[in-house]
Amino acid sequence: MASILSAAHIATIEQSPYKLDFPLLAQNPQLAFLDSAATAQRPATVLDAERHFYETMNANPLRGLYRLSVEATASIDAARTRIARFIGATDDDGTPQGNAIVFTRNASEALNLLSRTLPRLTELGPGDDVVISIMEHHSNLIPWQQVCAATGANLVYLRLTEDFSIPKSELAEKIGPRTKIVSVTHVSNVLGVQNDVAAIAARAHEVGALCIVDGAQSVPHVAVNVRSLGCDFLAFSAHKLGGPMGIGVLWGKPELLDAMPPFLVGGEMIDSVTETDAVWSPVPQKFEAGTQDAAGSYATDAAIAYLEAHDMAALEERERLLAAYLCEQLQSRDYITIVGPSEPDRHVGAVSFDVKGIHPHDVASILDMSNVCIRAGHHCAQPLLTYLGWHSTCRASVAFYNDKADIDRLIAGLDTVWGIFNGRN
Amino acid sequence: MDVTSLYNEQFMDHVTHPDYKYAMEDATHEHDGINPSCGDELHLSVRLGDDGRIEECAYTGHGCAVSMASADMMSDLMVGKTPAEAIELCALFKDMVTGAEKDADKLEEQLDEAALLMDVSHMPARVKCAELAWRTLSEMLQE
Repeated sequence: MASILSAAHIATIEQSPYKLDFPLLAQNPQLAFLDSAATAQRPATVLDAERHFYETMNANPLRGLYRLSVEATASIDAARTRIARFIGATDDDGTPQGNAIVFTRNASEALNLLSRTLPRLTELGPGDDVVISIMEHHSNLIPWQQVCAATGANLVYLRLTEDFSIPKSELAEKIGPRTKIVSVTHVSNVLGVQNDVAAIAARAHEVGALCIVDGAQSVPHVAVNVRSLGCDFLAFSAHKLGGPMGIGVLWGKPELLDAMPPFLVGGEMIDSVTETDAVWSPVPQKFEAGTQDAAGSYATDAAIAYLEAHDMAALEERERLLAAYLCEQLQSRDYITIVGPSEPDRHVGAVSFDVKGIHPHDVASILDMSNVCIRAGHHCAQPLLTYLGWHSTCRASVAFYNDKADIDRLIAGLDTVWGIFNGRN
Repeated sequence: MDVTSLYNEQFMDHVTHPDYKYAMEDATHEHDGINPSCGDELHLSVRLGDDGRIEECAYTGHGCAVSMASADMMSDLMVGKTPAEAIELCALFKDMVTGAEKDADKLEEQLDEAALLMDVSHMPARVKCAELAWRTLSEMLQE
């Protein structure tokens, strides 16, 4: 098969101008970190921001009336504004919807928040459908499994064709008058494919359902714009885009967030409390009970600032080249089967594969000994692997800070694995 | 650590040419073991003789090379052992792969070939794989 990569493309990924910005990568030049779909590395600016927060504005946000607390509150509001702009969450006049950005601990918690609050809003019950896809990460699957078990609603799966896409006919057939909620992943963490969530959102709205997009694997890698996607909610994690662990983001249409009941309750999320009742704070505080990881929110702001400063579109293009190179190199070995689309340009970040006759855990262990980090297992998407007929797979995933040498090291390591298991070492 | 220190020729021989990976027809004891994080699945069969000793030990299933080689080495080691001895050896094996027992001479003397898996103590992610067969046997014999 002819390569889709030109000599100029290869020259672009030959080296990484970004590695020096990432302390862990700079300190380990021999490390080929190919597991960014699990968590990204963090640039020094993010680590500095975390420290800067505690050194210069450490106070509990929201409640204090003194300067430090006011500054902490302002820094978090600034983070909300930047995040809203980053995902295209703006009013018609272009004003970023900072108040529609809710901080959670991770994307899983953001999706749990929705699964606990939307059933009441939508009066979900027996005979209603919740629609997800077969390629969901467990974090966008188990919450809906539980909701359906508790309410008597049906959990309906959008399935894939042989080319690993969800066909329009599947949307027409599965999303219908009974559908109340549709929750789908934008990019699969296993297959690397990008779903046409704009079409899914349009179909959901046609039948009066709400549409949630799990952006955990897309927001770090492709320019996401919630207005053009047309979804009602977007959930993602900061740690996958270079921010700290422990920060998730939920964006929702303001009128929906206003109408939803709270998720966790307690301090920081009320306006007033009596012995028998409480009045909730406005959004986003309504959904942020207890003291939040303010330094983490501040550092998330720095992570997005890093992506913006290096031009998200340029980073996205570089990642597409890296993923295509990764895919083509894997395809150059006849002992490797790609689990996912064979087209190199259909992989956003992640490529799953099987090494013929060798368990993925052995592959990952042997690669680890040559300083190559990949993921092996079911990737928190067991129903997908079962559907595709696999127990587990290997997965390599790239981010813009990777370079060609990282991928070449992986391929050399895979040749070693193959040699060990086939008596050539 | 050198790549081939664990995945050496002797180890690979148990993976590619296992001696005890088959279904036993006249087993007196059978037990399933799973390793949820890896998806390893093992079905272990043992036949106890009239003298109370293990006459035969065999397994079927699927999993990574570490879990399968470990099961093969264990099956070989257990022939002729009493259940009490077998349980003790399982405990010793666990101590080896978790790094609690580091006496190489003792390990080689008592665990024979299975002492090859000593390197697993430097690979925390693989301890559960190596332990699977031994944990399954120990559970079976203690029931």
